[in-house]
Amino acid sequence: MTAKLLFDFLVDQEKNTITVRREFAAERQLVWDCHTKSELLEQWFAPSPWKARTKSMDFRDGGHWHYAMCGPEGEEHWGRMDYISIQAIENFRAWDGFCDAEGEMNAQLPCAEWHSTFEGFADKTLVQTVVTYQSLTDLETVIQMGMQEGLSMALDQLEVLLNELKK
Amino acid sequence: MRRDIFQAIADPTRRAIIALIAVQAMTPNALAEHFDTTRQAVSKHLQILSECEVVDQQQQGREIYYQLKIDKMKEIDQWLEQFRKIWEQRYNQLDDLLQTLKSDKP
Repeated sequence: MTAKLLFDFLVDQEKNTITVRREFAAERQLVWDCHTKSELLEQWFAPSPWKARTKSMDFRDGGHWHYAMCGPEGEEHWGRMDYISIQAIENFRAWDGFCDAEGEMNAQLPCAEWHSTFEGFADKTLVQTVVTYQSLTDLETVIQMGMQEGLSMALDQLEVLLNELKK
Repeated sequence: MRRDIFQAIADPTRRAIIALIAVQAMTPNALAEHFDTTRQAVSKHLQILSECEVVDQQQQGREIYYQLKIDKMKEIDQWLEQFRKIWEQRYNQLDDLLQTLKSDKP
């Protein structure tokens, strides 16, 4: 990517929210599809070299996406995104939490509420996601859940990966 | 119970105490004047902050002065930065996917 696209990452430590705003060089329908169709979500949702793998997807109010984050050493972290409300190509609300391979929620691990909104501007789309945690300690737990070990490695590989994908 | 930096900032009074002792070392009495609460309550917060290892204590005569360990607070920035990078990377991947999808279209 050479074009500079807007990227905001705002943390509100009083409200325990993280707001992520990002612009994409694509029309809204396509960006929406990438957030709501499992075969597309799998291709970007996990930071490389982790991969997201879908067990089931039911994108509707009250439905959920049951997926695993798979690490390079064969690690698996199961997650569930429970859709609370959906307004096609406008916004969706969901609960994001940890579960097991059977989809049983893990009450010991933190759960966060997601609110993603999609705004179209000509050939660009702005996506804003507000992630609300119960506490900042929850957020720390999420990061310690193995994401960071994949991450430092991932960042080194990012250059390589992007170049390969562009070919 | 495990104490960490996140418990230090979890409470609004403690956040206010942190803001005050970041500027200068203060005694519990001097701190209590800033709050609509008892000295005991302030002492309790200071105790938690000590357990979280975010404050230094210095005895001067009969008074104990508390000061913030600035380095410790920087840990928060460090892990938030990690989280920011996760999103950044994830979205870079989405950029690539969108490029691919767009070029697949006739």
